[in-house]
Amino acid sequence: MEPAEKSLLRFITCGSVDDGKSTLIGRLLYDSRLVLEDQLAALERDSRRHGTTGGELDLALLLDGLEAEREQAITIDVAYRFFATRKRKFIVADTPGHIQYTRNMATGASTASLAVVLVDVRKGVLTQTRRHATVLSLLGVRAVVLAVNKMDLVAYERARFEAIAEEFRAFAGRLGIAGIAAIPLSALQGDNVTSRSPRMPWYEGPALLPYLETVGVDADPPGGAFRLPVQWVNRTGPDFRGYAGLIARGEVRPGDPVVAQPSGLASRIARIVFDNADLAVAAAGQAVMVTLADDIDLGRGDVLCAPEDPPAATDQVAATLIWMHDEPMLPGRRYLARVGTAEAIAQITELKHKINVDLLEHQAAKILGLNEIGFCNLSFDRPLALDPYKNCRDTGSFILVDRITNLTVAAGMVAFSLRRAANIVWQPLAIDKRRRSEIKGQRPCILWFTGLSGSGKSTIANLVEMQLAALGRHTYLLDGDNVRHGLNRDLGFTDADRVENVRRVAETARLMVDAGLIVLVSFISPFRGERRMARELMEEGEFFEIHVDTPLEICEARDRKGLYRRARLGQIANFTGISSPYEPPEAADYVIDGSDGDPEGAARMLVGELRQRGFIL
Amino acid sequence: MANTPFMRPLTHLDRLEAESIFIIREVAAQFRNPVILYSIGKDSSVLLHLALKAFRPARLTFPVLHIDTTWKFREMIEFRDRIAKRHGLDLIVHINEEGLRQGISPLTHGSAVHTDIMKTAAVKQALDRGGFDAALGGARRDEEKSRAKERVFSVRSAEHRWDPRNQRPELWNIYNGRISRGESVRVFPLSNWTEIDIWEYIERENIEVVPLYFAKERPVVERDGTLIMVDDDRLQLAPGECAAMRSVRFRTLGCYPLTGAIPSRAATVREIIDEMRAATTSERQGRLIDGDRSGSMERKKQEGYF
Ligand SMILES: Nc1nc2c(ncn2[C@@H]2O[C@H](COP(=O)(O)OP(=O)(O)O)[C@@H](O)[C@H]2O)c(=O)[nH]1
Repeated sequence: MEPAEKSLLRFITCGSVDDGKSTLIGRLLYDSRLVLEDQLAALERDSRRHGTTGGELDLALLLDGLEAEREQAITIDVAYRFFATRKRKFIVADTPGHIQYTRNMATGASTASLAVVLVDVRKGVLTQTRRHATVLSLLGVRAVVLAVNKMDLVAYERARFEAIAEEFRAFAGRLGIAGIAAIPLSALQGDNVTSRSPRMPWYEGPALLPYLETVGVDADPPGGAFRLPVQWVNRTGPDFRGYAGLIARGEVRPGDPVVAQPSGLASRIARIVFDNADLAVAAAGQAVMVTLADDIDLGRGDVLCAPEDPPAATDQVAATLIWMHDEPMLPGRRYLARVGTAEAIAQITELKHKINVDLLEHQAAKILGLNEIGFCNLSFDRPLALDPYKNCRDTGSFILVDRITNLTVAAGMVAFSLRRAANIVWQPLAIDKRRRSEIKGQRPCILWFTGLSGSGKSTIANLVEMQLAALGRHTYLLDGDNVRHGLNRDLGFTDADRVENVRRVAETARLMVDAGLIVLVSFISPFRGERRMARELMEEGEFFEIHVDTPLEICEARDRKGLYRRARLGQIANFTGISSPYEPPEAADYVIDGSDGDPEGAARMLVGELRQRGFIL
Repeated sequence: MANTPFMRPLTHLDRLEAESIFIIREVAAQFRNPVILYSIGKDSSVLLHLALKAFRPARLTFPVLHIDTTWKFREMIEFRDRIAKRHGLDLIVHINEEGLRQGISPLTHGSAVHTDIMKTAAVKQALDRGGFDAALGGARRDEEKSRAKERVFSVRSAEHRWDPRNQRPELWNIYNGRISRGESVRVFPLSNWTEIDIWEYIERENIEVVPLYFAKERPVVERDGTLIMVDDDRLQLAPGECAAMRSVRFRTLGCYPLTGAIPSRAATVREIIDEMRAATTSERQGRLIDGDRSGSMERKKQEGYF
């Protein structure tokens, strides 16, 4: 067979420690003759030195020990291995079985269309096995091979294999995984790996490798309508505008009608261009460029699709989130979302429940920690073209990125669109902010004081308010303490509650700015993310962050309310500066030294600034 | 309809090509000032071919950077200049002038020092000088065990260090190229290709590669079991040592005194593929840099070597 006729299958392997995963992959590499002489010499040497097979070739040593990395604290996640037979090239995502399994498995499974789940025949279906199946179902891996390994240790006994296969089928069936092939094998001895083993004549199915060579290679269900997420726009001269992208689903031909989402604009495919040639047809998996018959407004992040079955244009979805970062997910915080090639600001508006992957149970939760999975409502700051993940991976998946560290903190899979975007229309108001501020003869704004407890925020804010009142200006002071007695009485001091605390205060402040007031907020507000959220709620130039910067020792020495003493005694949990972090502003508009004993002077300076900037006359 | 055109199933090369082109276009969409690191070898040739394909009918706008250690095979340099001219590339050649002044040479200072100064340090200099925020390279995950876990988008600090503790998870085909000021990203569009995929693609696309990959009679000396080609008179022969003409080719190309040849009669791409199928040694065996110290690739990567 001509080598160029090979197809490509991506699969993931999962198993608990010692189930024989590395040995199995090593065996596949070895039997497909990918292990070469110099590697073999090294392998023989290593097998003698570190092998667990009594001097025989230890195929597991072919793979770089993911264990070793753990010792070095390298981010362990997925190692990719490659092998090929005459029919197929294989890309194997190999994930360590234990710590961080959710994050790692999710990463490996996201590009896999099949999974090989290993089970030690002596141990049967374990909690770990159930976790694997659960994560696979969430990531939409529809084909699973249950590899019941170490059959050599139970004398190739049929009944042991069948009991395990049955138990797994029952569990996986509940998860909606339908395509299960159970294969009894011995990775060490090579039984049923590349060819049927004479030691298990009772097994009538295919060996592992022949099965992998013939199974379907597509991750999405077959037959879906056309989707092309636009990646990049190619403008070559006045007459050529090519929309480049990887076709996510379906087929396309010149002349086909298409719709662009989320705009809903319609046109027809004029040409499909690739490498200076015109194609008569193109399909999922091809990176092409198309031109349209009409000049419509279209750019990166938009999706060209078949008009009879377009993705939803929505700014609110329900989605499954896998949290991948040490810092927990806090509802209300804003993250950057990468949705296919589109970018938007996303907010988790509600965490409905956490999914316990061991028990397949839903649990109530307020935050999501590393490796936890939650079902949430999300809102985006603009409409996006989205499909349910189970129908199309490329247009139903997204990642969340922390906007300060730029790290990828979560992976998300759209369950369904909430379609609220289309229903809620802003009530147009006849009298607007500008009109109100004209009546008052002032421009509204927010002075947001942040700093440690006892830093002097409230003192300075009070003085500013008094000076503004003396000038006849209309102000309001929102103080952390006071708000906690009323509006935010139901909130505690967990990270999640602190985010909500700030969100409510920021929204309240925004309404007051809309009413034309100069609003002073005196709030510890320890997290950068929330202060940024507050800033973004306001119009450009309306928000001033004032850092009352007083060293912890001084705040603690003042301790007017006796809080630090109690916090040190452990009587107050999550106390900022003591048992909960304070993230100082990186670019505050004003930094005031709160330790120098001149709050009057600081207040005068701020009022002077307001005049300077034209907020008051 | 009788004449509706139908799709033929995509092959593994079609899929790999599409993935790489997608990645290259992501770089164009996400970065301000990307550059292609061009080593002149077969992987770089494939990378360049894919980059040209990704943008046609538009021109390739990324400049192409070659780090010249001054010890490359002469045929490599000729090839580089010919290719640059043919495609109208914006070719930047960078030499670590400081290292050159110090007379750093693989023969007297050894492979580790030479690579450190003339390659690793030189890459950093050139990237800083160009202010590049993304650098595309032709590295593959199958080259070496420690590369199996490398990301497609790999973030480097302002000092070009790779922080193994701060790797971003990469899911689906969503690549997070967001960086802070001073940071940059190394991008590896050929991550999922193997050596044999590279050759099969070179054959399918008829991509020109440096003639050193094909077997020919060449003057070589045998040192520590490695066949070194005598490419110029800087390679001093020891007393009693003499260059013999042998039919050899190279599996990888780098600095000639550090690159071992293999005896071979494979003079065409097809013959190379056939020879590889029957081959019994791995690609990196001919690279002297790896033998220096175990785990040396991992270390080099942290320091900023590709
Ligand atoms: N448990 C706990 N309570 C806090 C914490 N911070 C503030 N509080 C309470 O919340 C109120 C607001 O304090 P704060 O705004 O720092 O006051 P200021 O800095 O003196 O203006 C105080 O009355 C405290 O009782 C904390 O970190 N943990």
